[in-house]
Amino acid sequence: MFEILGDLVVFKLLGLSGESAAGQALHFFVADTAKIFALLVAIIYVMGLLRALLSPERVRTFVRGQPKWLARSTAIILGAVTPFCSCSSVPLFIGFVEAGIPLGVTFSFLIASPMINEVAVVLLASLIGWQLALLYVAAGLAVAYAGGAIMERFRPERWVEDYVWKIHMGEAALAEPDNSLRGRHAYAMTEVREILRRVWKWVVIGVGVGALFHGFVPLDWAKQLGDVWYSVPAAVLAGAPLYSNAIGVVPVAEAMLVKGVALGTTLAFMMSIATLSIPEMLILRKVIKWPALALFAGVLVVAFTLVGWGFNLLT
Amino acid sequence: MKEVKVLGSGCRNCETTYKLIQQVADECGVTLALEKVQDIAAIMAYGVMSTPGVVVEGKVVHAGGVPDRKKVESWLS
Repeated sequence: MFEILGDLVVFKLLGLSGESAAGQALHFFVADTAKIFALLVAIIYVMGLLRALLSPERVRTFVRGQPKWLARSTAIILGAVTPFCSCSSVPLFIGFVEAGIPLGVTFSFLIASPMINEVAVVLLASLIGWQLALLYVAAGLAVAYAGGAIMERFRPERWVEDYVWKIHMGEAALAEPDNSLRGRHAYAMTEVREILRRVWKWVVIGVGVGALFHGFVPLDWAKQLGDVWYSVPAAVLAGAPLYSNAIGVVPVAEAMLVKGVALGTTLAFMMSIATLSIPEMLILRKVIKWPALALFAGVLVVAFTLVGWGFNLLT
Repeated sequence: MKEVKVLGSGCRNCETTYKLIQQVADECGVTLALEKVQDIAAIMAYGVMSTPGVVVEGKVVHAGGVPDRKKVESWLS
C-alpha cells in the first residue's frame, strides 16, 4: 500500500525515474514516512488503550525495597515500557535515590529506558523483521543489566551531587485513572498526540538519512569498506554525538541493512544513537559529577562494541 | 482566585503547559495565581517525578506530559 503511494507520488506525479538515485531516495522517503506514521498512530493508540505505558512514579513504587537482582530486572523491564523524556531524567534519578533504590539499578533503568521502547520494537519488527527486533531487545536488556552492575562496582555514590541526598520527596496522591472505555480512548488519543509531537522530527530526520543512504550509497559500499574489526567501534563512536529517538533510528537501520552493512555493526550504531547523547549527559550532570558521567559513557561504548562484535561473529 | 502551579525545570513541555493554562484562563475570563515551580527540590516535594506536573490548590492533578485542553478547563471551572 505504502509502496504504491510512493510509486504514485514520486514516479507518476513528479515524473522521476525509478532508476535514478533521486527517484529511489524520494521513493524511500515518501513510502517510509507514510508507513511509519501510520504504524506509530496504530501502535501508540493500542498501547494507550491497554494502558501499557507506565509512569516513572509507578516504576519507583514497584522497584523500591526489592532484592537487588529482582530490582534490577524489574527496573529494566519497566524501563523498556516506560516512555521517557530525557527532560525527566533528573527528577527520576533523585526519586530513585530517595526511595533507596541502589544507584546501579537506577543506571540500568537510565540505559534501558531510551534504548528499548515498545513502540520502536513493534516498528522494527514490522519494517525489518521480528528476528532483528528480538535481537535488539535481548541485546539491549543484557547491556542495561550488565552496564548497571558494572557501574555499581565503581561505587558511584561518591560522585552524586550532595544536594541530591537531602531532597525529601512527598507522597502525591495521583488522580485515579478513568478506566472506562471512554476514559481509555481519551487517554490513548492524548498519548498518540503527545508522543507524535515529541518524535515526529526524529522520524523525519531518520527517514531522510535512510533515504539518502538508500538512493546515493552504492550497493556494495559496505562490502568495499570490508568487515574490518574496527568498523564496530567506529560505528559506536560515530553514533555517540548523534542523537535520535529510538523510533527515528529504525529507518536508518533499515537502509543500512539493505546496503549490506553487517548486522552487529548496525545494531551497535542504533544503540549508540538512541542511548548515548550529549544533551542527555549534560542534563544528568545536574545530579552526578563528571567522573560518573565519563564512566557511564565509557561502559556503554564498550558494551555496544561487544554487542556489535558478538553479532558480527555469529552471522 | 485559584492557585495553580506548573512544576517543571524549564523543559519545553513545561513551558507549553504554562502557556496553555494561561491561555485557557484568559479565554474563560478566570483570574489565576499561576506560578512556575522550577526548583527541583520543591517539585519533588510534591511527589512528582515526571514533569511537567500541575498543582491546583495544593493538590497534584496531573503529571508527566502536556495536559489536554478539556482537563485544563475542568481544573479552572
